[in-house]
Amino acid sequence: MTTTLNSSDMAARLKAQFGSGVTPTADYLEVTPALLPGVAEYLKNTPELDFDFLDMVTAADYGDRFELIYRLLSLKNNLLVSLKVRCDRSRPSVPSLAGLWYGATNQEREIYDLLGIEFSGHPDLRRIVLWEGYQGHPLRKDFKDKVYGAGD
Amino acid sequence: MEIEREALTPTSEIDRREGSGIEALRAASQHPVPDPDAWLEEEIKRNMLVTTVDAVLNWARKSSLWPVTAFTACCTFEFIGASSSRFDIARFGMEVVRASPRQADLLICGGTLTWKMAPQIKRVYDQMPEPKWVIAMGACAISGGIFHDSYAVVPGYNRLIPVDVYIPGCPPRPETLLAGIETLRKKIAKESIMKPR
Repeated sequence: MTTTLNSSDMAARLKAQFGSGVTPTADYLEVTPALLPGVAEYLKNTPELDFDFLDMVTAADYGDRFELIYRLLSLKNNLLVSLKVRCDRSRPSVPSLAGLWYGATNQEREIYDLLGIEFSGHPDLRRIVLWEGYQGHPLRKDFKDKVYGAGD
Repeated sequence: MEIEREALTPTSEIDRREGSGIEALRAASQHPVPDPDAWLEEEIKRNMLVTTVDAVLNWARKSSLWPVTAFTACCTFEFIGASSSRFDIARFGMEVVRASPRQADLLICGGTLTWKMAPQIKRVYDQMPEPKWVIAMGACAISGGIFHDSYAVVPGYNRLIPVDVYIPGCPPRPETLLAGIETLRKKIAKESIMKPR
Protein backbone atom coordinates (compact mmCIF):
# COMPACT_ATOMS: atom_id res chain seq x y z
CA MET A 1 0.00 0.00 0.00
CA THR A 2 1.10 3.52 -0.72
CA THR A 3 2.46 5.25 2.34
CA THR A 4 1.40 8.81 2.94
CA LEU A 5 4.50 10.72 3.78
CA ASN A 6 3.79 12.88 6.79
CA SER A 7 6.17 11.56 9.35
CA SER A 8 7.87 13.89 11.73
CA ASP A 9 11.17 12.64 10.39
CA MET A 10 10.25 13.92 6.93
CA ALA A 11 9.10 17.20 8.41
CA ALA A 12 12.34 17.58 10.27
CA ARG A 13 14.37 16.97 7.12
CA LEU A 14 12.42 19.54 5.15
CA LYS A 15 12.63 22.03 8.00
CA ALA A 16 16.35 21.58 8.13
CA GLN A 17 16.57 22.10 4.40
CA PHE A 18 14.12 24.95 3.89
CA GLY A 19 13.52 26.57 7.24
CA SER A 20 10.17 27.91 8.38
CA GLY A 21 8.71 28.13 4.86
CA VAL A 22 7.54 24.52 5.14
CA THR A 23 4.75 23.75 7.60
CA PRO A 24 3.95 20.07 7.99
CA THR A 25 0.46 19.03 9.08
CA ALA A 26 -1.10 15.62 9.54
CA ASP A 27 -2.26 15.41 5.94
CA TYR A 28 -0.09 17.69 3.85
CA LEU A 29 2.90 19.95 3.71
CA GLU A 30 2.20 23.61 3.42
CA VAL A 31 4.79 25.48 1.40
CA THR A 32 5.20 29.14 0.59
CA PRO A 33 5.09 30.01 -3.12
CA ALA A 34 8.71 31.11 -3.12
CA LEU A 35 9.90 27.78 -1.72
CA LEU A 36 7.72 25.60 -3.94
CA PRO A 37 10.26 24.95 -6.76
CA GLY A 38 12.99 24.12 -4.25
CA VAL A 39 10.80 21.75 -2.20
CA ALA A 40 9.47 20.07 -5.35
CA GLU A 41 12.94 19.60 -6.75
CA TYR A 42 14.13 18.22 -3.43
CA LEU A 43 11.23 15.76 -3.30
CA LYS A 44 11.86 14.66 -6.84
CA ASN A 45 15.63 14.39 -6.86
CA THR A 46 16.43 13.00 -3.39
CA PRO A 47 17.06 9.28 -4.09
CA GLU A 48 15.33 7.89 -1.00
CA LEU A 49 12.20 9.94 -1.80
CA ASP A 50 12.18 10.03 -5.61
CA PHE A 51 8.75 11.50 -6.28
CA ASP A 52 8.79 10.82 -9.99
CA PHE A 53 5.07 11.26 -10.71
CA LEU A 54 2.90 14.32 -10.30
CA ASP A 55 -0.49 12.75 -9.72
CA MET A 56 -2.52 15.93 -9.96
CA VAL A 57 -2.56 19.67 -9.53
CA THR A 58 -5.69 21.46 -8.51
CA ALA A 59 -6.68 24.68 -6.81
CA ALA A 60 -9.47 26.02 -4.65
CA ASP A 61 -10.85 29.46 -3.95
CA TYR A 62 -11.49 30.10 -0.25
CA GLY A 63 -12.76 33.62 -0.72
CA ASP A 64 -9.78 35.31 0.91
CA ARG A 65 -7.05 33.17 -0.66
CA PHE A 66 -6.30 30.56 -3.28
CA GLU A 67 -4.85 27.21 -2.38
CA LEU A 68 -3.02 25.03 -4.83
CA ILE A 69 -2.84 21.34 -4.08
CA TYR A 70 -0.14 19.12 -5.55
CA ARG A 71 -0.30 15.36 -5.12
CA LEU A 72 3.03 13.65 -5.66
CA LEU A 73 3.65 9.94 -5.98
CA SER A 74 6.85 7.95 -5.81
CA LEU A 75 6.26 4.90 -7.90
CA LYS A 76 9.58 3.33 -6.87
CA ASN A 77 9.31 3.89 -3.12
CA ASN A 78 5.52 3.72 -3.02
CA LEU A 79 5.16 7.06 -1.27
CA LEU A 80 2.60 9.81 -1.48
CA VAL A 81 2.78 13.42 -0.39
CA SER A 82 0.44 16.37 -0.77
CA LEU A 83 1.70 19.91 -1.00
CA LYS A 84 -0.42 22.96 -0.40
CA VAL A 85 0.53 26.41 -1.53
CA ARG A 86 -1.43 29.43 -0.40
CA CYS A 87 -1.35 32.44 -2.60
CA ASP A 88 -2.64 35.94 -2.41
CA ARG A 89 -5.95 36.60 -4.11
CA SER A 90 -5.15 40.08 -5.37
CA ARG A 91 -2.28 39.09 -7.63
CA PRO A 92 -2.01 35.29 -7.58
CA SER A 93 1.23 33.96 -8.96
CA VAL A 94 3.01 30.69 -8.26
CA PRO A 95 6.15 29.19 -9.80
CA SER A 96 5.36 26.57 -12.44
CA LEU A 97 6.37 22.95 -11.90
CA ALA A 98 6.14 22.11 -15.60
CA GLY A 99 9.94 21.96 -15.80
CA LEU A 100 10.06 19.19 -13.19
CA TRP A 101 6.99 17.20 -14.23
CA TYR A 102 5.82 17.77 -17.78
CA GLY A 103 2.36 16.53 -16.79
CA ALA A 104 1.85 19.76 -14.87
CA THR A 105 1.68 21.75 -18.12
CA ASN A 106 -1.96 21.26 -19.02
CA GLN A 107 -3.23 21.14 -15.44
CA GLU A 108 -1.59 24.47 -14.70
CA ARG A 109 -3.15 25.84 -17.88
CA GLU A 110 -6.55 24.71 -16.62
CA ILE A 111 -6.03 26.41 -13.26
CA TYR A 112 -4.87 29.55 -15.05
CA ASP A 113 -7.97 29.40 -17.22
CA LEU A 114 -10.60 28.79 -14.55
CA LEU A 115 -9.11 30.51 -11.50
CA GLY A 116 -6.73 33.01 -13.02
CA ILE A 117 -3.62 31.96 -11.13
CA GLU A 118 -0.45 32.80 -13.04
CA PHE A 119 2.30 30.22 -13.20
CA SER A 120 5.64 31.94 -13.62
CA GLY A 121 8.03 30.03 -15.83
CA HIS A 122 5.28 28.05 -17.55
CA PRO A 123 6.29 27.22 -21.15
CA ASP A 124 2.87 27.83 -22.73
CA LEU A 125 0.44 29.61 -20.42
CA ARG A 126 -2.78 29.99 -22.41
CA ARG A 127 -6.43 29.27 -21.72
CA ILE A 128 -7.21 25.60 -22.28
CA VAL A 129 -10.94 25.05 -21.64
CA LEU A 130 -12.36 28.43 -22.54
CA TRP A 131 -11.50 30.42 -25.59
CA GLU A 132 -8.99 33.18 -26.10
CA GLY A 133 -10.58 36.51 -25.27
CA TYR A 134 -12.97 35.24 -22.60
CA GLN A 135 -13.39 37.71 -19.76
CA GLY A 136 -13.08 36.41 -16.20
CA HIS A 137 -12.27 33.16 -14.47
CA PRO A 138 -15.41 31.07 -13.82
CA LEU A 139 -14.30 29.03 -10.82
CA ARG A 140 -13.62 32.13 -8.75
CA LYS A 141 -16.22 32.62 -6.06
CA ASP A 142 -16.95 36.18 -7.14
CA PHE A 143 -17.30 35.27 -10.82
CA LYS A 144 -20.31 36.58 -12.71
CA ASP A 145 -20.78 35.91 -16.38
CA LYS A 146 -21.52 39.11 -18.24
CA VAL A 147 -23.74 37.39 -20.81
CA TYR A 148 -25.92 35.02 -18.82
CA GLY A 149 -25.35 36.21 -15.28
CA ALA A 150 -24.19 32.75 -14.29
CA GLY A 151 -22.35 32.34 -11.05
CA ASP A 152 -25.01 33.66 -8.69
CA MET B 1 -109.43 -22.89 -85.11
CA GLU B 2 -107.69 -20.69 -87.64
CA ILE B 3 -107.08 -17.12 -86.65
CA GLU B 4 -107.88 -14.65 -89.29
CA ARG B 5 -104.93 -12.26 -88.98
CA GLU B 6 -105.65 -10.40 -92.05
CA ALA B 7 -108.95 -9.51 -90.59
CA LEU B 8 -107.21 -7.96 -87.55
CA THR B 9 -104.29 -6.12 -89.24
CA PRO B 10 -104.09 -5.78 -92.99
CA THR B 11 -100.80 -7.00 -94.60
CA SER B 12 -100.12 -3.65 -96.10
CA GLU B 13 -100.05 -2.07 -92.66
CA ILE B 14 -97.49 -4.61 -91.36
CA ASP B 15 -95.25 -3.94 -94.32
CA ARG B 16 -95.44 -0.21 -93.81
CA ARG B 17 -94.41 -0.51 -90.15
CA GLU B 18 -91.51 -2.75 -91.03
CA GLY B 19 -90.43 -0.42 -93.74
CA SER B 20 -90.51 2.68 -91.56
CA GLY B 21 -88.53 0.86 -88.85
CA ILE B 22 -85.82 -0.08 -91.34
CA GLU B 23 -85.75 3.50 -92.66
CA ALA B 24 -85.29 4.86 -89.12
CA LEU B 25 -82.51 2.40 -88.31
CA ARG B 26 -80.78 3.15 -91.56
CA ALA B 27 -80.95 6.86 -90.89
CA ALA B 28 -79.47 6.39 -87.42
CA SER B 29 -76.68 4.11 -88.66
CA GLN B 30 -74.88 6.38 -91.09
CA HIS B 31 -71.61 6.15 -89.10
CA PRO B 32 -69.83 3.06 -87.72
CA VAL B 33 -70.16 2.32 -84.03
CA PRO B 34 -66.76 2.93 -82.35
CA ASP B 35 -64.78 -0.18 -81.41
CA PRO B 36 -64.73 -0.82 -77.67
CA ASP B 37 -61.37 0.62 -76.31
CA ALA B 38 -61.86 0.43 -72.56
CA TRP B 39 -59.10 -2.19 -72.46
CA LEU B 40 -56.70 0.52 -73.66
CA GLU B 41 -57.56 2.67 -70.63
CA GLU B 42 -56.94 -0.31 -68.40
CA GLU B 43 -53.43 -0.70 -69.78
CA ILE B 44 -52.65 2.95 -69.21
CA LYS B 45 -53.95 2.79 -65.66
CA ARG B 46 -51.68 -0.16 -64.96
CA ASN B 47 -48.55 1.44 -66.39
CA MET B 48 -48.68 5.14 -65.56
CA LEU B 49 -48.51 7.05 -62.28
CA VAL B 50 -49.97 10.49 -62.10
CA THR B 51 -48.35 12.60 -59.38
CA THR B 52 -46.72 15.93 -58.68
CA VAL B 53 -43.07 16.88 -58.66
CA ASP B 54 -43.42 17.82 -55.00
CA ALA B 55 -44.79 14.43 -54.02
CA VAL B 56 -42.01 12.54 -55.80
CA LEU B 57 -39.23 14.75 -54.50
CA ASN B 58 -40.54 14.73 -50.95
CA TRP B 59 -41.07 10.99 -51.04
CA ALA B 60 -37.49 10.46 -52.16
CA ARG B 61 -36.12 12.88 -49.61
CA LYS B 62 -38.05 11.69 -46.61
CA SER B 63 -37.45 8.02 -47.38
CA SER B 64 -33.68 8.29 -47.38
CA LEU B 65 -32.42 10.65 -44.72
CA TRP B 66 -28.69 10.39 -44.18
CA PRO B 67 -27.50 11.71 -40.83
CA VAL B 68 -24.04 13.14 -40.38
CA THR B 69 -21.71 11.93 -37.64
CA ALA B 70 -21.64 15.07 -35.53
CA PHE B 71 -22.70 14.40 -31.97
CA THR B 72 -21.41 16.29 -28.99
CA ALA B 73 -22.47 14.41 -25.87
CA CYS B 74 -24.44 11.63 -24.22
CA CYS B 75 -27.62 11.71 -26.36
CA THR B 76 -25.38 10.07 -28.96
CA PHE B 77 -25.74 6.78 -27.13
CA GLU B 78 -29.49 6.85 -27.58
CA PHE B 79 -28.91 7.43 -31.27
CA ILE B 80 -26.53 4.47 -31.31
CA GLY B 81 -29.25 2.43 -29.62
CA ALA B 82 -31.81 3.62 -32.16
CA SER B 83 -29.54 2.76 -35.06
CA SER B 84 -28.69 -0.76 -33.90
CA SER B 85 -30.73 -3.92 -34.24
CA ARG B 86 -33.32 -3.50 -31.51
CA PHE B 87 -34.83 -0.21 -32.66
CA ASP B 88 -33.53 -0.46 -36.23
CA ILE B 89 -33.45 2.98 -37.73
CA ALA B 90 -32.83 1.31 -41.12
CA ARG B 91 -36.60 0.93 -41.40
CA PHE B 92 -36.64 4.64 -42.26
CA GLY B 93 -33.93 4.38 -44.90
CA MET B 94 -31.29 6.10 -42.82
CA GLU B 95 -28.95 3.45 -41.52
CA VAL B 96 -26.03 5.08 -43.32
CA VAL B 97 -24.49 7.61 -40.97
CA ARG B 98 -22.08 9.58 -43.07
CA ALA B 99 -18.71 10.70 -41.78
CA SER B 100 -18.68 13.60 -44.23
CA PRO B 101 -21.26 16.39 -43.96
CA ARG B 102 -21.13 16.74 -47.74
CA GLN B 103 -22.88 13.38 -48.09
CA ALA B 104 -25.50 13.99 -45.41
CA ASP B 105 -28.79 15.87 -45.24
CA LEU B 106 -29.76 15.42 -41.59
CA LEU B 107 -27.94 16.83 -38.59
CA ILE B 108 -29.07 15.21 -35.34
CA CYS B 109 -27.84 17.54 -32.61
CA GLY B 110 -27.34 15.19 -29.69
CA GLY B 111 -25.98 16.67 -26.52
CA THR B 112 -24.54 19.67 -24.76
CA LEU B 113 -22.76 22.09 -27.04
CA THR B 114 -20.03 24.28 -25.60
CA TRP B 115 -19.17 27.62 -27.10
CA LYS B 116 -15.71 26.28 -27.80
CA MET B 117 -17.22 23.48 -29.92
CA ALA B 118 -19.90 25.69 -31.50
CA PRO B 119 -17.87 26.88 -34.54
CA GLN B 120 -17.18 23.29 -35.54
CA ILE B 121 -20.88 22.32 -35.43
CA LYS B 122 -21.81 25.44 -37.38
CA ARG B 123 -19.18 24.53 -39.93
CA VAL B 124 -20.54 20.99 -40.27
CA TYR B 125 -24.00 22.45 -40.88
CA ASP B 126 -22.68 24.91 -43.45
CA GLN B 127 -20.88 22.11 -45.29
CA MET B 128 -24.03 20.02 -45.69
CA PRO B 129 -25.67 20.41 -49.11
CA GLU B 130 -29.26 21.61 -49.44
CA PRO B 131 -31.86 20.40 -48.73
CA LYS B 132 -30.89 19.71 -45.12
CA TRP B 133 -32.74 19.29 -41.87
CA VAL B 134 -31.83 19.57 -38.21
CA ILE B 135 -33.19 17.64 -35.25
CA ALA B 136 -32.45 19.04 -31.78
CA MET B 137 -32.27 15.96 -29.60
CA GLY B 138 -32.59 16.26 -25.83
CA ALA B 139 -32.83 19.06 -23.31
CA CYS B 140 -29.31 20.39 -23.93
CA ALA B 141 -29.85 20.69 -27.67
CA ILE B 142 -33.20 22.42 -27.16
CA SER B 143 -32.24 24.94 -24.50
CA GLY B 144 -28.92 24.07 -22.94
CA GLY B 145 -30.72 21.87 -20.43
CA ILE B 146 -29.37 21.96 -16.92
CA PHE B 147 -26.40 23.95 -18.23
CA HIS B 148 -28.58 26.65 -19.79
CA ASP B 149 -27.04 29.47 -17.73
CA SER B 150 -23.47 28.23 -17.92
CA TYR B 151 -20.70 30.46 -19.13
CA ALA B 152 -19.47 27.71 -21.42
CA VAL B 153 -22.63 26.18 -22.94
CA VAL B 154 -24.69 27.26 -25.94
CA PRO B 155 -28.31 27.57 -24.71
CA GLY B 156 -29.88 25.67 -27.55
CA TYR B 157 -28.69 24.83 -31.06
CA ASN B 158 -31.18 27.30 -32.46
CA ARG B 159 -28.76 30.05 -31.47
CA LEU B 160 -26.58 28.82 -34.32
CA ILE B 161 -28.64 26.94 -36.89
CA PRO B 162 -32.34 26.56 -37.80
CA VAL B 163 -33.90 23.56 -36.05
CA ASP B 164 -36.74 21.59 -37.68
CA VAL B 165 -37.78 19.19 -34.92
CA TYR B 166 -37.25 19.34 -31.16
CA ILE B 167 -37.15 16.06 -29.24
CA PRO B 168 -37.52 16.48 -25.47
CA GLY B 169 -35.92 14.13 -22.96
CA CYS B 170 -32.74 13.82 -20.97
CA PRO B 171 -31.85 11.79 -22.88
CA PRO B 172 -34.78 10.91 -25.16
CA ARG B 173 -35.30 7.18 -25.47
CA PRO B 174 -34.75 5.63 -28.92
CA GLU B 175 -38.52 5.41 -29.42
CA THR B 176 -38.73 9.16 -28.88
CA LEU B 177 -35.98 9.72 -31.41
CA LEU B 178 -37.84 7.57 -33.92
CA ALA B 179 -41.02 9.56 -33.23
CA GLY B 180 -39.04 12.74 -33.85
CA ILE B 181 -37.73 11.38 -37.13
CA GLU B 182 -41.27 10.40 -38.11
CA THR B 183 -42.36 13.98 -37.34
CA LEU B 184 -39.57 15.26 -39.56
CA ARG B 185 -40.69 12.91 -42.34
CA LYS B 186 -44.20 14.32 -42.12
CA LYS B 187 -42.74 17.80 -42.26
CA ILE B 188 -40.66 16.98 -45.35
CA ALA B 189 -43.78 15.57 -47.05
CA LYS B 190 -45.38 19.03 -46.80
CA GLU B 191 -42.54 20.88 -48.45
CA SER B 192 -42.84 22.32 -51.92
CA ILE B 193 -40.39 23.40 -54.60
CA MET B 194 -42.61 26.44 -55.16
CA LYS B 195 -41.81 27.90 -51.74
CA PRO B 196 -38.17 27.67 -50.76
CA ARG B 197 -37.47 26.73 -47.17
